[in-house]
Amino acid sequence: MSGAVTPPQGTPKLRIRGLRKAFGSKQVLDGIDLDVASGTSMVVIGGSGSGKSVLLRCILGLIEPDAGSIEVDGVDVLRLRRREREAVNRRIGMLFQNGALFDSLTVWENVAFGLMARRQINRRDAREKAGDVLRQVGLDPSVGLLSPSELSGGMQKRVGLARAIAAQPEILFFDEPTTGLDPIMGAVIDGLIVECVRTLGSTAIAITHDMASATRIGDAAAMLYRGRLVWQGPAASLLESGNPLVDQFTHGRREGPISMELRR
Amino acid sequence: MSGVLSLVASLGAIVLGFVRAAGSLALFALAAVSHLFRPPFYWRNFLSAFVEFAYFSLPVVALTALFSGGVIALQSYTGFARYNAQSAIAGIVVLSVVRELGPVLAGLIVAGRVGSAMAAEIGTMRVTDQIDALGTLSTNPMKYLVTPRLLAGTLALPLLVVVADILGVLGGFIVSVVKLGFSPNAYIANTFSVMQPIDVNVGLVKAAVFGFLIALMGCYNGYHSRGGAQGVGSATTASVVAASILVLAFDYMLTEMFFSR
Ligand SMILES: Nc1ncnc2c1ncn2[C@@H]1O[C@H](COP(=O)(O)OP(=O)(O)OP(=O)(O)O)[C@@H](O)[C@H]1O
Ligand SMILES: [Mg+2]
Repeated sequence: MSGAVTPPQGTPKLRIRGLRKAFGSKQVLDGIDLDVASGTSMVVIGGSGSGKSVLLRCILGLIEPDAGSIEVDGVDVLRLRRREREAVNRRIGMLFQNGALFDSLTVWENVAFGLMARRQINRRDAREKAGDVLRQVGLDPSVGLLSPSELSGGMQKRVGLARAIAAQPEILFFDEPTTGLDPIMGAVIDGLIVECVRTLGSTAIAITHDMASATRIGDAAAMLYRGRLVWQGPAASLLESGNPLVDQFTHGRREGPISMELRR
Repeated sequence: MSGVLSLVASLGAIVLGFVRAAGSLALFALAAVSHLFRPPFYWRNFLSAFVEFAYFSLPVVALTALFSGGVIALQSYTGFARYNAQSAIAGIVVLSVVRELGPVLAGLIVAGRVGSAMAAEIGTMRVTDQIDALGTLSTNPMKYLVTPRLLAGTLALPLLVVVADILGVLGGFIVSVVKLGFSPNAYIANTFSVMQPIDVNVGLVKAAVFGFLIALMGCYNGYHSRGGAQGVGSATTASVVAASILVLAFDYMLTEMFFSR
């Protein structure tokens, strides 16, 4: 298995080179180069529709990129065969932007889904474990008996987060984890993500529009603009990056180099 | 000249589109079936799909079969079998129900009821990223969603058709005895002397094929739906239309195969 090979020291957990993806005539990703070191978290910011979700979907193999390479532990996943690719994906957990909870299952079955799919655990233990993870994300375990459609948007987000982290994956993707949460819960979730990265040693990529959240979660940060990463640096310096694009974005100014283009 | 050319071109495009669709459908079916032989198999999903197919469609199929059997008895009496009615009607009812009406009616009803629901459910899962989420949770979506449903359809429809057969014959029996005044014993004896094992068997084979096709169209259209609620809606419609046409087309082909000697 590809995952068994220990990568040489210093290889980033995730290395992306020259990633390009167009939908029709619209070039969404236009040569992305990105390294995420093992055990760190990277925050990606960028305007709505700039291709942040597409970037994560490319890494997961849900969208086929046009060109470029995506290496996980030094292995180019785009060249892997299906089975091997699935094995790599098993090490990745993802919180989808809209939750993507299974609405035919109860909340606890959602949370324990990945655990049960790996067959390392029986249903009763899985249920108990699901209760623990729900408590971690600030939900009462009794919520587990509800169906996802009975939850508020913010609760769904937390259940999605619980589902993503339940199997303790090596790599975690969070697509706007705190959007739609109140500020306190947002901070709680941010803390949880940081804790996951710390205690599990996971590597994370988080997409966010929330600057407070970005500086809390991220070790490093990058800004996506017009299909390219126009700035990369420590997340702590997001607010004083010196880059006019980033400045305008993080301070939410109307005037600046980024003009709100009408979407084609 | 250019008119002819553009006609040929658009005809070619239609043919190509059709071939492409058929090819992609065949690959989809092949992939789903191949997962049958590679563990794990998702029993829960199979059982709930089976119940959906067999149990919830039972009342509608049963009623339809009962009335259809009765109508055939009535029609063949008033139409053409008046002079030899006693012996002929039982045979006409049992053959038309067991060979044709049972499987076809059950197929069309299930296509409308279960195939459409399947397309809507899987289509909703597609447009809300639930299918993508399965992939990130160590679960192959084909194996989890499609394979159990295909098997459930293939096994459940024959069961439904057995019920439809019995109730169809019963419908003919009731009309013949109560309304036309035939002797019940003679009717039953006639029924069994006309009906051959192959009639029942072919009916059941048809049912299995229809069940597979209905589940396939539901899953395929749902799986490939895109574009929100509207996309799910058109996937649902497409699944019912395609499954109904396929049921009728395969009914003809299977009849041709087994009975046209
Ligand atoms: N499957 C697809 N087919 C066609 N176009 C797509 C597809 N997925 C995304 N796009 C386009 O790619 C662009 C980037 O989309 P993406 O979802 O990555 O944006 P985003 O940066 O995540 O925005 P937001 O912050 O609003 O979530 C959008 O213009 C979108 O229309
Ligand atoms: Mg997005």
